[in-house]
Formats: sequence, C-alpha cells, structure tokens
Amino acid sequence: MSTLWPAAELDYAIYLAKKNIRKRGGLFDHEKEHYDQLHRKISHTWDLVVMQAREQLWAAKQRRKGDRLVIACQEQTYWLVNRPPPGVPSVLEQGPERNSCTAGRVQMTKTVDFYRREVECLRKALGRARVKSSVCLEAYLKFSSQRGPHDPIMSGCLPSNPWVTDNDTYWAMNAPSAAVPTRLRVEQWAFSFRELLEDPVGRAHFMDFLRKEFSAENLSFWEACEELRHGGQAQVPALVDAVYQQFLAPGAARWVNIDSRTMERTLVGLGRPHRHVLDDAQLHIYMLMKKDSYPRFLKSDLYKDLLAEAVVPPETKRRVFPFMRKPRHSSPSPALLPASASREPSGGDGEA
Amino acid sequence: MATDGLHENETLASLKSEAESLKGKLEEERAKLHDVELHQVAERVEALGQFVMKTRRTLKGHGNKVLCMDWCKDKRRIVSSSQDGKVIVWDSFTTNKEHAVTMPCTWVMACAYAPSGCAIACGGLDNKCSVYPLTFDKNENMAAKKKSVAMHTNYLSACSFTNSDMQILTASGDGTCALWDVESGQLLQSFHGHGADVLCLDLAPSETGNTFVSGGCDKKAMVWDMRSGQCVQAFETHESDINSVRYYPSGDAFASGSDDATCRLYDLRADREVAIYSKESIIFGASSVDFSLSGRLLFAGYNDYTINVWDVLKGSRVSILFGHENRVSTLRVSPDGTAFCSGSWDHTLRAQPQALLLEVALPGLEPSDRPGPSAPVNLRGRARTTCKTTCSGIKMGPVSQKLPKPAFQSTLFK
Repeated sequence: MSTLWPAAELDYAIYLAKKNIRKRGGLFDHEKEHYDQLHRKISHTWDLVVMQAREQLWAAKQRRKGDRLVIACQEQTYWLVNRPPPGVPSVLEQGPERNSCTAGRVQMTKTVDFYRREVECLRKALGRARVKSSVCLEAYLKFSSQRGPHDPIMSGCLPSNPWVTDNDTYWAMNAPSAAVPTRLRVEQWAFSFRELLEDPVGRAHFMDFLRKEFSAENLSFWEACEELRHGGQAQVPALVDAVYQQFLAPGAARWVNIDSRTMERTLVGLGRPHRHVLDDAQLHIYMLMKKDSYPRFLKSDLYKDLLAEAVVPPETKRRVFPFMRKPRHSSPSPALLPASASREPSGGDGEA
Repeated sequence: MATDGLHENETLASLKSEAESLKGKLEEERAKLHDVELHQVAERVEALGQFVMKTRRTLKGHGNKVLCMDWCKDKRRIVSSSQDGKVIVWDSFTTNKEHAVTMPCTWVMACAYAPSGCAIACGGLDNKCSVYPLTFDKNENMAAKKKSVAMHTNYLSACSFTNSDMQILTASGDGTCALWDVESGQLLQSFHGHGADVLCLDLAPSETGNTFVSGGCDKKAMVWDMRSGQCVQAFETHESDINSVRYYPSGDAFASGSDDATCRLYDLRADREVAIYSKESIIFGASSVDFSLSGRLLFAGYNDYTINVWDVLKGSRVSILFGHENRVSTLRVSPDGTAFCSGSWDHTLRAQPQALLLEVALPGLEPSDRPGPSAPVNLRGRARTTCKTTCSGIKMGPVSQKLPKPAFQSTLFK
C-alpha cells in the first residue's frame, strides 16, 4: 500500500504550494508551518516547486470535473494520512519499525561472520540430494485426496461441525481418550506411523499389539527418549541415567536391541549427558518399529477389529428453527486438570 | 592495525562475491530437477466447488488491534494478544473470556498456547517472551506467577512451544531465533543467519521433530536444525518481507505470505519454490497464512481487510471472505480443522468454519465496502488512498516493482 511509498518532502511542498495558490493563502496553521519550513529547506529549487504546482493546477483544469474532484479528495486524504495534523493519532501506526536494528549500528549483513555462515550454508545446500519436482508434486495430490474426507472444512464432519450447529458432540466423540474411536480416526492410523503415535488411543492399541509380540520395550524406550528431548533442562542428567538403567545397560530389565555401532556411540555420549544424547538410539528404534512392527499391526486382527467396531456417527442436521438455539456447553479448561495429566511430552490431552 | 583492516575488507568482499556465485550455482542445480509445474500436475484433480464460509463467532473484548492468536489443543480455546498489552484466553465456542493478563508493554505481537493447555506465552516490545501458568484460583494474580523466559535485543515477533510445555522457540526483530528452557530461562540454542528482522516461525510436523522454518525482512525463508543451530535450507524468492510461514500438513513443504502481495509454496524435497498464489488485483501484503487439514486449501489474511482462500494444487483463488473492518493480522486453523480464526486490527477475532455448499449471503456487508475496479474510492476515514480508480490519465503500477509517484501527480513532472 502507500506504506511502501515514502511521502517525499518535495511532493508535499508541491501540494502545499498548489493549495496556497488555489486558496490564496488559506492554509491551516500546521500546514503554514510546514510550508515555511519547506520553503527554507528547499529554497534553492523553490521556483521548480511553484512551477510544478502551477502546471498541475492547469492540468487539473483540463480534466473532467468528476475526475478532478476524486483526485483532489485522494490527494487531500493522502496528505492527511502521511502528514497528520498535530494531535490526531496516526492512522498508519504500523507497530515497531522493522529493520531498525540495522540502522545506525553496524549492519548485520556487513560482517565477515555473516557471510562466512552464508557461504557455508550455501556449500552444504549445493551438496544436498534433491527429488524431482514431478515426484514431489504427485505426493501432494495423493496426500490431499487421502486426507480430503478427514478435512472438516472440505468434507464436513459427523455428526456435525460444532461451530455450525452449536453441538459439541463431535469433540466428545473425538476426545483424546475416547473409549470407542470413530472410523475416520482408526483409518488415519494407517496413513503414517507418526499419526498413529500422535493419537493417544492409537498409541495405546499399538502398545497392546507390541506386548503380544513381546517388543513393548521399544515403544516405552521411544517414549522415554521423547520425554528427555522435550523435557526440562534440569531433568536431563537424571532422565538419561534412568533410561540407561532401564533400557540400555547390560542385563537391563527392558533391554532394547540396538545395533552395536549405535550402542557404542550412545555409550560414549552418555559420559556427558545432554538432551540429544539418545537421538541416534531413538531413531534406530523408531525405524525398527516403523518398518517392522507397524506394518504387522495394520495387518493384524487387532487392528481389523478396531476398524470394524469403530463408530460412524449419524449426521445431525442443522436445526430448522434457528431461534430455538441449543445452549452452548462450556467445557472444563485443560488448566483445571491435575498436574500429573499435563506432563505428557507429546500429544495434547485437553478434554473437549 | 591497518593491514588487519585491509585483510578484513578483502575477506568480506571475496566472501560476498563467493556467496553470490554460490547462490547462482544453487539456482542452476535446483532448476535441473524441475520437470513439471504444480498446476500442470493438478489438471487431473477435480476443481473445488463454490466455497461459502460464514463467521460463526465474533470475539469482542480487545480494546485495540489484535496482533496474534493461537489455538489450544482442546480445539475450542484460544489465546489472543493485542496492541494495548492485553492477552486474553477465550473459550471461543461459548465466547466466554476465561483469563486476562495485562502485559507491561504494548504491541504484544506474539502469543502461544502450551500443548498441555496449562500455560500461555507472550511477548512483544518488551523484547522478552514470558510464560504465564493459567490458574482459576481467584486469589491468585496471574501476573504474579509470570516467568520471563526469553531475552532478545529487539522486539519479539513470534513464539511457539515445541512438543511440550518445557521449551519455547522464539523469533525476534534482532534477526535471530532461539530455543529456550522454560523452567530455567536458559538459552538452549540460537539460530543466526537472517540478515534482518525475523517475523515468523513454524515447527515442522516430522517424525524426528527437529526442524522449523522462519521468515524475515530479508525476504528469506530458512529451515533450521534445532539440534545444531545450522540453517539446513534457505529460499529467497519473495520480493518483500515474509510475514508468515506455515508447514504443509505432511511436513514436506511450507507456505509463506509476504508484503509483496503473494503467497508461495516451497517444497523441501525438491528444494525450490513450486507455486505462487497471487492475482493482479491483490496488491496488499499477506499477513498470515494457514492450511486446512488436508492441505488442499490455503487461507491467507491480507492487509486489505480480506481473507483469500486458495486452492493449493490448482493455484486459483477459491473464495474471498470479507467481514473484518481493518487489516487481518493473524489467522490460524483449529487443531482439528473444523474452523479457522482470524484476528484483525479492527479489535475482533472471527471464527469461520465451512457452512453449507450453497449461496449464502455474507452477513453485514455493504456493496461499497467491496474493492473492485469501478468502485469509487471510499474516503470515510480509512487509509485507502490511491488505489483502484479508473479515472483517466492515472496509471497504477504493480506494487512489487519500482513504485511510481503517487498517482495524482502530473505526468509533466520530470
């Protein structure tokens, strides 16, 4: 918008000169002040200003009256906005000035460090592996068509969109700890391993499945690593130790099977524990579950039964008589839950 | 001493030119694998039907411009912050205000809801990010339990909790982003590389959960590794400040909204920009963007008070939403995708879901409020000068190029 056009002093001078000529000295006080100020500042080219003002006035006379009025209005408003009379709050109050930290002091872009970093980043970028556009773009098509039915704005939601009907049953049925998940929800667990784990109900069922396969310690280890990565800094040493004792130490109660190279690296890192020291091991176990246990889970009877038992809620039509509005139920704030419930590292547990 | 200075200048100049030549090479590499455009691939996809969305809730209560908002994971609560320093937590389903805090500074440009729903974070001109635990205890003053977490040397423009309540990611006008431990306020990692103010950030929905993207006044969007602090990828195709970045739901791409009046889609695997969402008639900057749950729709709020809904795949505009009376400053889709909420400088927030796929008149709109080529300029106290008039002899240049002088100047002026 006009925020990108700096209101130049010369333009303002011409405007005031025009107004002066037209109104034969009838400028407002603040305008008179500006006029005098500008006259002093650009006295060397004042002839130009006056000449330009006269030209513009003459050109304006050539226009149709309608156009002339509109342009005059625009101009007046433009200067009202960019040179507001004293005491009037600026309409263009834009908030903090951007790029202010580069003015005056040493500019960020001029240091050697900045360019060194940029060069390094660019060198690395040149070496990265890229994927053909066609492959990437096809992926969007697949993603959108797969997720379309799950997108309430595109396909609606059953029984109804709470915002439209004021009925929050949809949220109750899809609460994080709902007893019987909906069909769409169970289907979503098959889209990706990440989405299965992100859903507390899905994750719980996956844990059940792993127990049957005697590999539940993998998921528990992964969860413990998540808690480490996203937990408080002060808890890091204790958590690292706890995880080591429970999952990695020789003879540990819930020993996880990591390849020897990763285990070596991890053990070395444990000497100086930090929140990322278990990242390699965690990734190894994650990929193990994703490539091995997850596909088996999706083919299992457990999952098939979940799909079959899943609920498909009937649609609730909008009320025919809108003046009989359903009262909008309030819900307990997640902030009211007991403290223990809020410590889950990933996935919200706010109740609807 | 003099020789040291010379040496530094040489290094600086040579580094600068090396950076330029590397950038050129990078563009060449990126172009090599670009074998098709998005709209070509999307030709097979069915066009979307008519989209009509209605405002379902209007949240009034801020006494000044709403600058930022964020949803709670419970899909109905939101936190919003405004210019006068007020931060309000609403149950937007019932429109009740649940908490209100007055910050000691004005222009609270960033606010975020904690994943557990038990705390909020906010900051702005105070250069800090503070965390407030939410309490319903009538005897407790929320401001008393405030925890100052992040410290920057310029205004805070964006903040976000990571996967838990324990860590916060911030972006600032001092050109850096930073990751903080909430409990101790310790700086865990800082991210340097932007050449100007950083205005926005978004965390990637990925399996390893280790990256985020930021956009700034240097027109760059940069993807960072949270663990090492290194910039992993950078994109520099916008022509002006990037106001908002948001990941595509799959995490393989992200969209950005900028003052150059365009929104763009960048693919991370292809390592390039793959789509531009723009129209000649849109000349105002996009202030915030977000995707619908399936990634098919991109909602973008603009400084001309409207919200444009784009078909991400086909690149066309599906719908335009009016209703705000000042620029749209913030826009977020709810966590379950049932609605999106927009906040504006007109002091309100509006929640809008899908209505029915019918022609439904939008409430409270006068014909003269709609921008259009033949509409006379509306001068009732609004800063809408110099746009869209078809009076003879006036030419409007596109905003992104070298701008002509204000249109009413005579063309006789050399």
